[in-house]
Amino acid sequence: MSANSLMTPPTVSLPDTAPPPPFGRELIRATDLTAFYGTFAAVKNVTIGFEANRVHALIGPSGCGKSTFLRTLNRMHEVVGGHVTGRVLLGRDDIYGPRVSLTNLRRRVGMVFQKPTPFPTMSIYQNVAAGLKVGARQSRPEIDAIVERALQQAGLWNEVKDRLRQSAVALSGGQQQRLCIARTIAPEPAVILLDEPTASLDPQGTQRIEELLFNLKKDFTIIIVTHNMQQAARVSDTTTFFYLGTMVETGATKQIFTAPTQERTEAYITGRFG
Amino acid sequence: MTAGEPAITEEPGAAVLQGRAVGDTVFKAALTIAVLAVPALLGFLVWELWVGSRLAIERYGFDFITGTTWDPVAEEFGALPLIVGTLTSAAVALVIAVPLSLGVAIYLTEFSPKWLRQPVAFVIELLAAIPSVVYGLWGIFVLIPVLKDHVFPFLRDTLGFLPLFQGPIYGNSMLAAGIILAIMVMPYIMSVSREVLMAVPASQREAALGLGATRWEAAWTAVVPYARSGIVGAVILGLGRALGETMAVTMLIGNRHEIAASLFAPGYTMAAVIANEFTEAASDIHYAALSYVALSLFVVTVIVNGLARILIWRVSRGQAGGGQGV
Repeated sequence: MSANSLMTPPTVSLPDTAPPPPFGRELIRATDLTAFYGTFAAVKNVTIGFEANRVHALIGPSGCGKSTFLRTLNRMHEVVGGHVTGRVLLGRDDIYGPRVSLTNLRRRVGMVFQKPTPFPTMSIYQNVAAGLKVGARQSRPEIDAIVERALQQAGLWNEVKDRLRQSAVALSGGQQQRLCIARTIAPEPAVILLDEPTASLDPQGTQRIEELLFNLKKDFTIIIVTHNMQQAARVSDTTTFFYLGTMVETGATKQIFTAPTQERTEAYITGRFG
Repeated sequence: MTAGEPAITEEPGAAVLQGRAVGDTVFKAALTIAVLAVPALLGFLVWELWVGSRLAIERYGFDFITGTTWDPVAEEFGALPLIVGTLTSAAVALVIAVPLSLGVAIYLTEFSPKWLRQPVAFVIELLAAIPSVVYGLWGIFVLIPVLKDHVFPFLRDTLGFLPLFQGPIYGNSMLAAGIILAIMVMPYIMSVSREVLMAVPASQREAALGLGATRWEAAWTAVVPYARSGIVGAVILGLGRALGETMAVTMLIGNRHEIAASLFAPGYTMAAVIANEFTEAASDIHYAALSYVALSLFVVTVIVNGLARILIWRVSRGQAGGGQGV
């Protein structure tokens, strides 16, 4: 992906809407967050807040720590043996607090991965309902309603409503990824983390997901890691630039892409490195 | 080569492009022979068994399979107790070994600390290297006394309402053979399931954990189902071993031609009767009957494995589970 095309205005469509009001309700905030793999700090002293009902993009070259940072927000970083120092507040709760249940946290902060990860032994319906089985038992009609709503929100309902019992792996890559989004939003999280969700999709599948984000931010707070700067420019309200594990700059997307204050940000978005 | 000169200097028409890869031809021929040798060997084996058991087949026909009397002196041969014994001992072995080995495999791939994984797997795989006669001796001197004095009485007291756990306790029994078989097939089932579970992509685990699953839920809802056809394959491998195992079973099962409801009673298996009687068979018809047993064992093994293949095929094909309810 050539970043130079950013400099030719017609190919880039920045959101037409005005930048979001600056004093929205902040939902999730990392304070002085450092994330380690063993003794290596992949993310260093990041302090940043994310407002509710916005799309927040995290950009930066490979290995800059943006994905690691994302994974600290629902403690998936720990799954691969990492640990953190610093704090992450979700509302008023410290997600690294002593009595936090990882199950409850991850149901509040859902995650969609780079490659679509439907459960191959489950049907489409079972996949969407997979996250519901944990916790309170719902009745069948309730689950039906939740599955339909999640698939509607993920823009997949019309394509799969007649074959909910079929295997999820029969879907195309783009559909599988929207299925994973449906599965993530079914338990009604507050925040959705997307880790390069379109990296393995074709342009059409990518476009469907990008359109989806506009609708989803009405109900959810979205944080998306992308290595595609046009995508960040198209879908996000705020953009944060990571480089070598540190957060270089964060701000309204329009400002980051038109008037970055840091030299390294400008160099990156104009394609001079990375 | 100097610049500007054509690379090919031979005259037009010289056979520079022709040639034969002789090595390839030889290699291919050798491999083809090796590949054909396997089914040929199988065919030869079946034919040999068939010829060896002709006498018994002509004399007893299918009554051999359904008959229950085994009397070499009266030249009366019925193999049903042997067939039942083989299937029962293998079934007992699987009932014990499958949950155990699957549990160990899941623990080692999903839960155990990293430093523990290799040593435990190594020790379990080492069990596969012990000769079966050693298992038999260990069974006679260690396992049977323990079973007879402690385990069997306990089972009779607690599960005695089931016909399986009633009757006198001898020690040598179907259950003792099943337990030794379970120990013998465990390494196979465990190490194959472990390989299969390790091959499940990390993304499946992460997807489940990301939905708020506990590690246990992630293992059970995402990892194990993903690996299930491989796990069935592991079980079949164990089953094949349990059906054919001879020495340790012969030493522990009690060698009695009888179909008993109780697992405490002695029994017999097809493999065991061949091992016991072949060297001392006195008459041609006795030899033929033993060959017929071998042929039956072969057929039983083929049928059981065939059914198991169908099971794998259905498991891996019906991924979404059709009408299976959520």
